[in-house]
Amino acid sequence: MLEAIIPIALLGLAFGFGLGWAARKFRAESDPVVDQIEAILPQTQCAQCGFPGCRPYAEAIANGEADINQCPPGGEAGIRALADLLGQEPKPLNPENGVETPPTVVVIDEQTCIGCTLCIQACPVDAIVGAPKLMHTVIESECTGCDLCLPPCPVDCIDIVTRDRPLSKWQAPRPGIQAGPSEQQAG
Amino acid sequence: MPTQVSKFAQASAAGERLHHFHGGLKLRHNKKVSCEAPLSRVPISSRLYLPLLQHAGADAARPLVDPGQRVLKGQRVAAFPETGSGFLHAPTSGEILAVEDRPISHPSGAEGPCLVIKTDGEDQWTTLQPIKDWENSDPVLLHRQLDTHGIVGLGGAVFPTAIKVSGAHHEQVHTLILNGAECEPYISCDEMLMREQPEKIIAGAEVLRRATGTNRVIIAIEDRMGAVERVLSRALRKSDNNQIDVVCVTKIYPEGGERQLIQVLTGLEVPSGGYPRDLGLLVQNVATAAAAADAIIDGKPLIERIVTVSGNGVKNPRNLVALLGTPIHELIEQCGGYEKDVSRLVLGGPMMGYALPTDAAPVIKAANCILALTSKDIRSPQEEMPCIRCGECARVCPAVLLPQQLHWQITNEQWDAAAEYGLGDCIQCGCCDFVCPSHIPLTDWFRFGSGMLRTLATERTASDRARMRFDARQQRLEKIKSDRQQKIAEKKHKLRESAEAKKKVAEALERAGKSRNDQSDDSS
Repeated sequence: MLEAIIPIALLGLAFGFGLGWAARKFRAESDPVVDQIEAILPQTQCAQCGFPGCRPYAEAIANGEADINQCPPGGEAGIRALADLLGQEPKPLNPENGVETPPTVVVIDEQTCIGCTLCIQACPVDAIVGAPKLMHTVIESECTGCDLCLPPCPVDCIDIVTRDRPLSKWQAPRPGIQAGPSEQQAG
Repeated sequence: MPTQVSKFAQASAAGERLHHFHGGLKLRHNKKVSCEAPLSRVPISSRLYLPLLQHAGADAARPLVDPGQRVLKGQRVAAFPETGSGFLHAPTSGEILAVEDRPISHPSGAEGPCLVIKTDGEDQWTTLQPIKDWENSDPVLLHRQLDTHGIVGLGGAVFPTAIKVSGAHHEQVHTLILNGAECEPYISCDEMLMREQPEKIIAGAEVLRRATGTNRVIIAIEDRMGAVERVLSRALRKSDNNQIDVVCVTKIYPEGGERQLIQVLTGLEVPSGGYPRDLGLLVQNVATAAAAADAIIDGKPLIERIVTVSGNGVKNPRNLVALLGTPIHELIEQCGGYEKDVSRLVLGGPMMGYALPTDAAPVIKAANCILALTSKDIRSPQEEMPCIRCGECARVCPAVLLPQQLHWQITNEQWDAAAEYGLGDCIQCGCCDFVCPSHIPLTDWFRFGSGMLRTLATERTASDRARMRFDARQQRLEKIKSDRQQKIAEKKHKLRESAEAKKKVAEALERAGKSRNDQSDDSS
């Protein structure tokens, strides 16, 4: 009897220590599910989902506190990717959070800007440069189009424009959709 | 590593024995018709329109001249933003009229920014700076000359030659392959170039050999180009050059594709995502070699090219030497004009070219062929049917992909799966399209899919950047907050300390006062 119990108990102890050591040694730095969700989110940091950024929203989804259909910039494609990842059914975007729009950037009308720095403080990705009482401007390549700088502006000098795609970044259209000039004519 | 070495050894025997690549098509080549008339020059047009975008994918060039400025032939007029990707040069002397949006030769059919040059007919060259002692000069100097003289791949891809050549030089390639196997039907500009200027091809081979440090050069031509082989061999004998071989390859479309040609010559596949230089090889188009010879030996930048004008829609098909920026209708006029029932203008070959919305579009560096097609030439749009999974497309695919599978993945937007199945290796040759019994426009789907993969990759980098900036800002804000709190705490501490000190002083004073009172009480 004893010669059976002792080896099993020793084995159990050994595995227990092994697992305990491995858990410490190979501990995941952060929650992998949150990271995976965050990788799908568009990083606009617009807070339309009701959370103060993409990371907090990802954490809320992972904890079951938020639904997957609250991200308008991610759109239908984003919802589908989240549904795939989490094994849920895709659902339409929640209209309370906003509507899906083509990618935009903001532009500061430099004639009207009074240099109050309020927009600089609102920008979640530091895409606005300027100094007190000096004109501000938007670094277009860094702007995510979150529009968080619009409400604080006291003189309404910020406009939303659609991000124009240069011809060098032109992409062939989806077949079946007629794009550009219709039937070609020569001569 | 041993496999790598043996692959190198196998690759260095390129051309000794010919091999096959997977799939491909036997097409009617329709080339003879444009090879009958000798090369001729298009007269200088009164206006040249030099598009700042020379091909899809690269950023637009930045003009270096202002409207109203007089420019000389060969003068630099625009620079491409990325290093090593070259310049645009004035094709003739004249005055810059404007930089404005005009029809350009672009698959989107959209208008794009062009330098408009009013030519003065004097055709006055700027000072040319050839490299006199190129046989003994540093290869790096040659690379710079190729860059500053705007030399790009003229086979259609328009990739900057300087980047390709300096990369090959760096990797110590052993064999240079000059690609004269233009496999698309109708196109004969390289064939005419080799027939009329064989010395220039050989000079180009020598120049590129010096620039890359290779020993061997193979000029690959198609087996039906008997005249070219005779002319080239004669020129080689005359120049007494034994490092250059002419190899005839069997005509199976698309044997002129870079990877297919390498496979035919060596039996080896360039690995997916790899480059020919991984096998010690460099492939350049023959016209590019000729342009490189012009740039290095004569100091002439790339300002003109040979264009095949062909198809049943044009009266006298032929090959023309045209200045870049010449409107295409002037080339058509040079060929006797359009036939009556012309219905479509295509830039490039019938397999890989794209339709042009107007013949006002100018000749660009990529323009190897202009096809005027009649309604009879164009396959009437047949109704697309569902895929029956016959596998014909996989049988002909020269990149050994599974087009039916890729098509399914792209229509269902499974981008990761499509990338994994090798969508990036698709050369968009059109073979699968051609054989599909259900008339599915597979190549259009693959063009769209490849574009989507590129777009998704850029979006991913942009979102990674945004996340980084957001995190950095968050950290900064937290630091500011904690710094402030620390300061407040320190201040409070100081205040408390000073309050205690005051208290102590007060107590001491009180004690002192008390003792004084006691003393005075005693003395009284």
